[in-house]
Amino acid sequence: MTRLTRVITPESSEIALPDVDMSTRLAGVTLPNPVMTASGCAGYGRELDQFFDITALGAVVTKSIMLQPRSGRPTPRMAETPSGMLNSIGLQGPGIEEFVSRDLRWLEERGARVIVSIAGGSADEYVRLAQRLRHSSAVTAIEVNISCPNVEDRGLVFACDPVASSTVVEGVRRNSAPGVPVFAKLSPDVTDIVAIAKACVDAGADGLSMINTLLGVVIDSDTMRPHLGGVTGGLSGPAIRPVAVRAVWQVHQALPDVPVIGMGGIRTGADAFEFILAGASAVEVGTTVFNDPSAPMRVSYELQQLLGARDFASLGDAVGFAHRPDDEPA
Amino acid sequence: MTPVQVRGEVLSIRRVGQYHQLTIVAPGVAEQVRPGHFVAIAVGGETGAQLLRRAFSVYRTQDRGVYGGTVDIVFAEHGAGTRWLSHVRQHDTVDVVGPLGKPFALPKEPVTCTMVGGGYGSAPLFTLAEQLRERGCRVDFVLGAATEGRLFGVLEAKRMSQSVAVTTEDGSLGDKGRVTDVLPGLLERTGADVVYACGPMGMLAAVADVAARLGAHSQCAVEEAMACGIGVCMTCVLPVVGDDGVTRMVRSCIDGPVFRGDRVRWNDVGTVPADTWGAPVSEGGH
Repeated sequence: MTRLTRVITPESSEIALPDVDMSTRLAGVTLPNPVMTASGCAGYGRELDQFFDITALGAVVTKSIMLQPRSGRPTPRMAETPSGMLNSIGLQGPGIEEFVSRDLRWLEERGARVIVSIAGGSADEYVRLAQRLRHSSAVTAIEVNISCPNVEDRGLVFACDPVASSTVVEGVRRNSAPGVPVFAKLSPDVTDIVAIAKACVDAGADGLSMINTLLGVVIDSDTMRPHLGGVTGGLSGPAIRPVAVRAVWQVHQALPDVPVIGMGGIRTGADAFEFILAGASAVEVGTTVFNDPSAPMRVSYELQQLLGARDFASLGDAVGFAHRPDDEPA
Repeated sequence: MTPVQVRGEVLSIRRVGQYHQLTIVAPGVAEQVRPGHFVAIAVGGETGAQLLRRAFSVYRTQDRGVYGGTVDIVFAEHGAGTRWLSHVRQHDTVDVVGPLGKPFALPKEPVTCTMVGGGYGSAPLFTLAEQLRERGCRVDFVLGAATEGRLFGVLEAKRMSQSVAVTTEDGSLGDKGRVTDVLPGLLERTGADVVYACGPMGMLAAVADVAARLGAHSQCAVEEAMACGIGVCMTCVLPVVGDDGVTRMVRSCIDGPVFRGDRVRWNDVGTVPADTWGAPVSEGGH
């Protein structure tokens, strides 16, 4: 009989959790919980810490940071879409120096594990960000947001080109602390995501994060012009979940030994479970946080309940389980 | 103040003119609310297709009661989200996060105050007026809307103020025109020290301008589209000048919704002015 542990949720209700080992191993780093926040949906952790204990998460994945302070794009910056949203923030942020001295320091003092997301406009900018973070004890891992336009190549998005992706990943890997895994975050807006995944892994990526948003446009029927100030935006939320699960599925099938962090429309523990079964070793909760600020903890509890209900003793046993041979029973 | 997330029971929902007034049992939220705070409400249900919270300024609160603290909001049916909210019924559950934002700053001295509300934007001004009156302030109201049916709280304003001026764009009640047609005369007559305003952005810009010209301090609660209300989505930004004279794109949910009227770059809302902290350096730059 499964042992149950009673916990109090952020909404103050008591639930019973089955005894499942929720720890996960990501390229040499062990996290006690596979659920994290998704970059750009949790700031630098401070706001969500009002709603639940952020140190209980696998990690806080910070909003992508760049070298210099950035104002971001004009408003409107978002549009609600069916089961999702389109956003065009433009990577507003304080720049790496203020981030390290204020936000990263706060996260470290708070005791949270931190995956720092970095973004740049050139391969050199990514390298300098990695160098700045190299000696920080607060960094659990680095997630490289390569869905940025390369200003040195006509604004072509790094993540859409295997050569540009591998150049960035190689530079970040070479300049990061040896014990800190580097995850490349892939864009679904490519013809062959497995080819990009392989290029990143060959360039030294310790793991892959999938997926970033999908490019979209919303036209305002009143003004009869694009709704967003930035015209195009990134589509996120449950609307993109099957696309994300497909990406994780394909890449895990091709590269079964490469750790994957799955994200894209996770709203419930069952959604997170899909990603785990498809091959993700951890998950990030993003847009759903806007709907429910305590969602990361809720998803974590729901996932644990579901794993217990399916008789998994540990999360690790479920990773990629959907890929088992046809004749292997559940 | 620490915002909390509660699943609150709907105590009542009723029509007020062309608006809806919703009372939700929200213990932990109600007790902390000060005038100008807002709440963010999830719409569409737990499995619905609308993910973004809707932000509403708090109209009234009741600290204690048989049911615990309650929060009242007033809203118009603008789109699918507010239409869903207009269909909630007594005993339904609504997910509320609050209180959020920075409230109106209250004067330490008993000064003369003018409240300016556009449409149901007037909602947070009534508890504010009560608190100002308790501090010995003189309070006058200007309430404006497109039509009589879109005014909110005219009788209530009359009960708690020295005077109430009403404007409607179609002339169906009060003076035909806009709040800023009557505001300069009122400010001159009363010698108002502070103007508190809440309503559409265009109105706020005009009110802040009038206040500045007549030497009054203004406190404006802005309406910007928000996805989360708690400071993580970065969608509700506008250009605001800081104490150091530098313009930044600040979040209206965290640094607002109440701003000093002379600090918001009203004419630049919807843009990133070139001198903003971190603005793109040049064409093709980053």
